[in-house]
Amino acid sequence: MSNLLNISPSPHIHDRETTRKLMYGVVLALMPALFISVFYFGIGALIVTATSVASCIIFEYLIQRFILKKPVSVTDGSALVTGILLAFNLPSNIPIHIIVIGSFVAIGIAKMTFGGLGNNPFNPALVGRVFMLISFPVQMTRWPVPEGFKTGYTDAVTGATPLAIIKEGIKNGESLSRLMEKIPTAFNMFMGKMGGSMGEVAAFALLLGFAYMLYKKIITWHIPVSIIGTVAIFTTILWLINPETNANPMFHILAGGVLLGAIFMATDYVTSPMNPKAMIIYGIGIGFLTVIIRVYGAYPEGVSFAILIMNAFVPLMNAYIKPKRFGEEVKYG
Amino acid sequence: MLKTFPIGGIHPPENKLTADKAIKYLTVPESVTIPVSQHIGAPAEVIVNKGDDVKAGQVIAKGRGFVSSNIHSSVSGKVNKIDNVIDSTGYRHPAVYIDVVGDEWSETIDRSNKIITEIALSKEEIINRCFESGIVGLGGATFPSHVKLSIPAGKKCNILIINGVECEPYLTSDHRLMLERGEEILIGISVIMKALGVEKAMIGIENNKPDAISHMTNLASELHGISVHALKVKYPQGAEKQLIKALIDREVPAGQLPVDVGAVVNNVGTAFAVYEAVQKNKPLFERVVTISGKSLSQPGNYFVRTGTPVRNLVEAAGGLPDDTGKIINGGPMMGKAVNSIDVPIAKGTSGILIFPRDESERPAVGPCIRCGKCISACAMNLEPFLLMTLSEKGLFERAENERITDCMECGSCSYTCPAKRPLLDYIRLGKSTVIRMARERNLK
Repeated sequence: MSNLLNISPSPHIHDRETTRKLMYGVVLALMPALFISVFYFGIGALIVTATSVASCIIFEYLIQRFILKKPVSVTDGSALVTGILLAFNLPSNIPIHIIVIGSFVAIGIAKMTFGGLGNNPFNPALVGRVFMLISFPVQMTRWPVPEGFKTGYTDAVTGATPLAIIKEGIKNGESLSRLMEKIPTAFNMFMGKMGGSMGEVAAFALLLGFAYMLYKKIITWHIPVSIIGTVAIFTTILWLINPETNANPMFHILAGGVLLGAIFMATDYVTSPMNPKAMIIYGIGIGFLTVIIRVYGAYPEGVSFAILIMNAFVPLMNAYIKPKRFGEEVKYG
Repeated sequence: MLKTFPIGGIHPPENKLTADKAIKYLTVPESVTIPVSQHIGAPAEVIVNKGDDVKAGQVIAKGRGFVSSNIHSSVSGKVNKIDNVIDSTGYRHPAVYIDVVGDEWSETIDRSNKIITEIALSKEEIINRCFESGIVGLGGATFPSHVKLSIPAGKKCNILIINGVECEPYLTSDHRLMLERGEEILIGISVIMKALGVEKAMIGIENNKPDAISHMTNLASELHGISVHALKVKYPQGAEKQLIKALIDREVPAGQLPVDVGAVVNNVGTAFAVYEAVQKNKPLFERVVTISGKSLSQPGNYFVRTGTPVRNLVEAAGGLPDDTGKIINGGPMMGKAVNSIDVPIAKGTSGILIFPRDESERPAVGPCIRCGKCISACAMNLEPFLLMTLSEKGLFERAENERITDCMECGSCSYTCPAKRPLLDYIRLGKSTVIRMARERNLK
């Protein structure tokens, strides 16, 4: 057999990029934010991440091995990414059993029931997160105060997120300028020193990850830039109309999950559109819905809902928003 | 900013192992097998019989119809038999087997080294000579040159584009030819310009061949109307439509030809062949072939007579390595894997690549993660993942609406896919089915 020639059709060479390498590239890009999270929230951040990652991988393995009875592909890194992203959307003091339940929803319901990697319409980490938010509203909104590294887990001092402070305050008729004094400075927000879910707080760490993923061509700029741009433009308009009830655009971008969502959640390959034109429309939709929910909705934060809502439109966008084909419009003669 | 085409494209490792290897003449083999179909169009009709004596350059098969080409003997000797041969397509085609005796050429061929600058032939004579000499496009498509040079009534051509891109990894035959036969290529270009009646020619060369760019620029500076342009290295820039877009920013409409935007594209190898045919009266029976591969001990570039078995070329390159897993006729992106080392080298063979076993196997396939990299890579801005799914599910009408026939099968999608999905395999299936469906529809 050894002297037989392989006659497979062209191309005969393949790029070294693989699904696994892309996934581990995303994991690497998430590391700065994890580091900052441990720095501000202590050992709890590690416990939450480890629990979430382990549960996601184990659930995927068990489902593939015993229910679907298909070849196990947990080493492709996608469950690892889902685990980290789910953890990043949680407070760093959340009870462990809740994380396990959330991981089951993320992997078991949002991903594997649809056929596993590549087939799920909704971002698994966000489905898990939203399920947890609705089922465990108290535990999911008890945000530890960023008091620096500590080894305690569930005993942290808790406080509200900047977005919640503004939301509650406006509802109670307080003036925005007074409320702005209660929230961290823009610089502290940029560095991640604020209450919030563990992965979303540090803008600079997330931007570092963004730069890395752009450099490695893991993602393109279209989705993150159109989301952040839309949030900036929309909140600027609202702020200019009424600066006493609407926060400035800088606040809206730095507070909450806009950056984490725009850079890491909305860019999830499986649940986002595939061509640049559709990506931009998708990004604008997410940015717009985020602001609508934040300013007019019942929840202080709306990124997760905005992304999930736009996820639902992705199949439609893939079907109807087409790239302009080469030679489609005659340019000569 | 270097010029290039705007949509899609990839940059595979170049692996131009033989870029500094001067072209040598491969020893004439003991016997040759010359297929009668080495071009696009109708196969030529054999006009010699078993036992006939032939000379190099003698017509052994006549082109049938307009889109066809003459086939010449590449050697002198005796016709052994006329029989089928498994050629580089993997299928059996008729061929003329010739046992070599000496190396006698037709008397009409000018075998001197003198470069003839003066173009004596008229426009019509040039086109006729291209047909008589069996000239076809040597970039790989092997489209008969006389057809390309005959501008259809009602169409106008105002620019000649010369393809010196050589964007396929490994291949260096055009590169070496430009360095070593630059003057002849330029005369060939002037001949083609005369045939087309155009005043302007542009030579596009990728920037990974700076020596060829400066050499051709120097030579062309003395000529009127011919200019040399460096292009950014990007595959598939050697594709006609992409090269036209890169050089003159005209977009060939889907389903149409370069001449519809006033351009004709020819390869540098073709320009050289035209020079030889028109100025030296030498038919096309010899071409430059790159023999390359990381496991070969002496890769190189050779002038090879058509019909020479691949085996002879491989032996000149140091013999077939033990771990060989694949032999490719052409480049690694669009070339065809052959099933035997004995297939004959034909007019369209720009290179022979030897791949070791560990590079010959397809990587394991994973699920599509919808990353969209195939869309970014597609130079025609199609959606390869969708075309694959539609073909896989047999939804050919939808595939047609998604313009599957625009695909030029460059392989960038399959190359770039991180899940290693066989995109192009399915697209080929869909494309050929759609073309057949369209043909049947037209018959009704």
